[in-house]
Amino acid sequence: MTSEVADPVEASEIAPAADPGFLQRHGGTIEYILIPGAALVGALGVFGVFVALFGKNPLDLYFYMYQGAYGTWFSWQNTLTRAAPLILTALCTALPAQLGMVIIGGEGALLVGALSATAVALSMQWAPPLAVQLGMAAAGMIGGGLWIMLAGALRQYRGVNETISSLLLVYIALAILNHLVEGVMRDPSSLNKPSTRSIGAANMLGSIPGTDVHWGLVYGILAATASYILIYHTTFGFAARVAGGNIRAAKIVGLAVGKLILTICFLAGAAAGLAGMVEVAAVQGQTNANLAAGYGFTGILVAFLARQNPLAVIPVAILLGGISASGGLLQRRLGLPDASVQVLQGIIFVFVLASDALYGRIGFLKARS
Amino acid sequence: MDFGRISRRHLLQGGAALTLGSALGARSAYAADTTIGFIYVGSRDDYGYNQAHAQGAAALKKIPGIKVVEEEKVPETDAVEKTMESMINLDGASLLFPTSFGYFNPHMIKMANKYPKVRFEHCGGLWTEKDPKNAGSYFGYIDEAQYISGIVAGYTSKTGKLGFVAAKPIPQVLRNINAFTLGAKLANPKATTQVIFTGDWSMPVKEAEATNSLIDQGVDVLTCHVDGPKTMVENAAHRGAMVCGYHVNQSPLAPKAYLTGAEWNWEALYPKFVKLMTSGEGIPNFYRGGFKEEIIKVSPYGEAVSAEARKHADDVKAKLTEGSYTIFKGPILDNKGKTIIAAGTDRGQKDPELEKMDYLVEGVIGATS
Repeated sequence: MTSEVADPVEASEIAPAADPGFLQRHGGTIEYILIPGAALVGALGVFGVFVALFGKNPLDLYFYMYQGAYGTWFSWQNTLTRAAPLILTALCTALPAQLGMVIIGGEGALLVGALSATAVALSMQWAPPLAVQLGMAAAGMIGGGLWIMLAGALRQYRGVNETISSLLLVYIALAILNHLVEGVMRDPSSLNKPSTRSIGAANMLGSIPGTDVHWGLVYGILAATASYILIYHTTFGFAARVAGGNIRAAKIVGLAVGKLILTICFLAGAAAGLAGMVEVAAVQGQTNANLAAGYGFTGILVAFLARQNPLAVIPVAILLGGISASGGLLQRRLGLPDASVQVLQGIIFVFVLASDALYGRIGFLKARS
Repeated sequence: MDFGRISRRHLLQGGAALTLGSALGARSAYAADTTIGFIYVGSRDDYGYNQAHAQGAAALKKIPGIKVVEEEKVPETDAVEKTMESMINLDGASLLFPTSFGYFNPHMIKMANKYPKVRFEHCGGLWTEKDPKNAGSYFGYIDEAQYISGIVAGYTSKTGKLGFVAAKPIPQVLRNINAFTLGAKLANPKATTQVIFTGDWSMPVKEAEATNSLIDQGVDVLTCHVDGPKTMVENAAHRGAMVCGYHVNQSPLAPKAYLTGAEWNWEALYPKFVKLMTSGEGIPNFYRGGFKEEIIKVSPYGEAVSAEARKHADDVKAKLTEGSYTIFKGPILDNKGKTIIAAGTDRGQKDPELEKMDYLVEGVIGATS
């Protein structure tokens, strides 16, 4: 990598300014890889110092992180399992971000999606498994979609800040979930852990053949790819980005901003709702308080680290999945507390946000004019 | 790339350490691969549920030839499945203690089916014949200790108003509230227990609010059933009220205010389990007990406990230990005036009816829903 960077710089200094070199032509793309990469390396460096202060060897740290996250096939499966829900919940923040909206309520959409999917599965017990699964996926996406659409509608028609409303909707979703799970939807035999009835072993989504990773990963990758195409390769996506850039200009050129907001919010919520459906259909087999595991909140982090790019969400989710997968090994081998993983996530977040200031300011990548 | 060389060297070092480790293990008293894994849902120094288990794990660490690996703050999702697998695959664990209630079904059951040679022991679950044979559940009748706390609280309270900060109205919690109240009424027949449910296992802010609100209503002795009693104990002591602890001994947090407390005695049970396993006898799949089986204990009395209270409490404790005493002995009314245990009916500790408890006894102020 270093040599690639070094040579063309000299080349471009020699070459006349009129002919931009490789680096200048692809400067934008290179920045998108180089800056977050450097931020990550910087964050790991600072975390190494932090760990050294606790008397642990930072090289051990990096080794165990690598081993726990990507070192073996088992580690990879561990990482991908953890990444799967994050891809979907990250889309819940990344999609509205195209419109300039900051939605942080993916957790609520996940819970509503899980609840809707469970309700459908329990009322479709007579149907063949494939029908039940399709019904669950549809219900999860509609449930989650409507939930975030609510935040979008509040913003569009009532001027309520969507960040606050989507966050508060998380607590409402959790309260509804607890109310139903401890009330009408409770399985009377779930004494000490109030839960709904099980959706039935036959209706569970299996793993991707040859792995332990559930199908949620594939759904996530498909959803992220579809979102990317929607945003960057359709007129709808173009309209959304125009509205995100300048909402007044969008209105002046006649874009239906309200419709854009509601549609994008619905799609965003549908992604998180699908994550909830997968948690029920592939992991828990029922709905209970376990579902509020914070995937929705980690998804926000993933979306910001991916700079709200739906496609970049995939590698970032795999990165954060890896960090969380290696957390266990850090606890067991180095005796670090669990909080150390959160410290690392925090450091990465700060570095990536701070590195935002570098875009367009790296001399050798700038187009000459 | 300097980085690559370093990680390779570390890989070799790690491998060497691993070989050395197992070579040392082979020479010790137990089989070379007696690695035991502990998984906690919260932090292991929470002065509560998780710390109680960590104390049990610490007792195992003292046994030569036993290696203990621990992981804290593992959510009740597929993350715990991956943690169990990681302990089995990377650490070679042959006995696992996933200690949180929500780990049991589906997570631990799934792993027990997948790894039939590994032994799984779950705290609090209800193992039944249809569950895998290499899995088991254990729990303690800690309401016996709450009964003793109740007696001490009844003698110590000047207002006759006791307070209980509880997580959820589920059988295990209701049983503690009821036993505490019945104990208090032995000392002061007019004593009442005001209960506040916070809604979840770890809600420090709500626990502090509940503590303050109880004290504002004239309550002068408090106890609790939440994962981390620290908040209640410190706040109550700060306000000048007395406390009875739960899970572990919290007297270091409030030396003057601490009366006694209902504690787990995992440090006695876990070495017993290991002995059963290594002797080839095997751990029973379903294990329950109270004072007699040394699964629970009470904290040493604080200085504020009167001689009269100590004597009465010690007498009852002695009878419970020999098994000649019944806490839930008819007639018992619920707090709505309905008879729940008729005169002449004794519900002994192992009575399955008690596992389904859904009422609050006379003298408790509060409602289950």
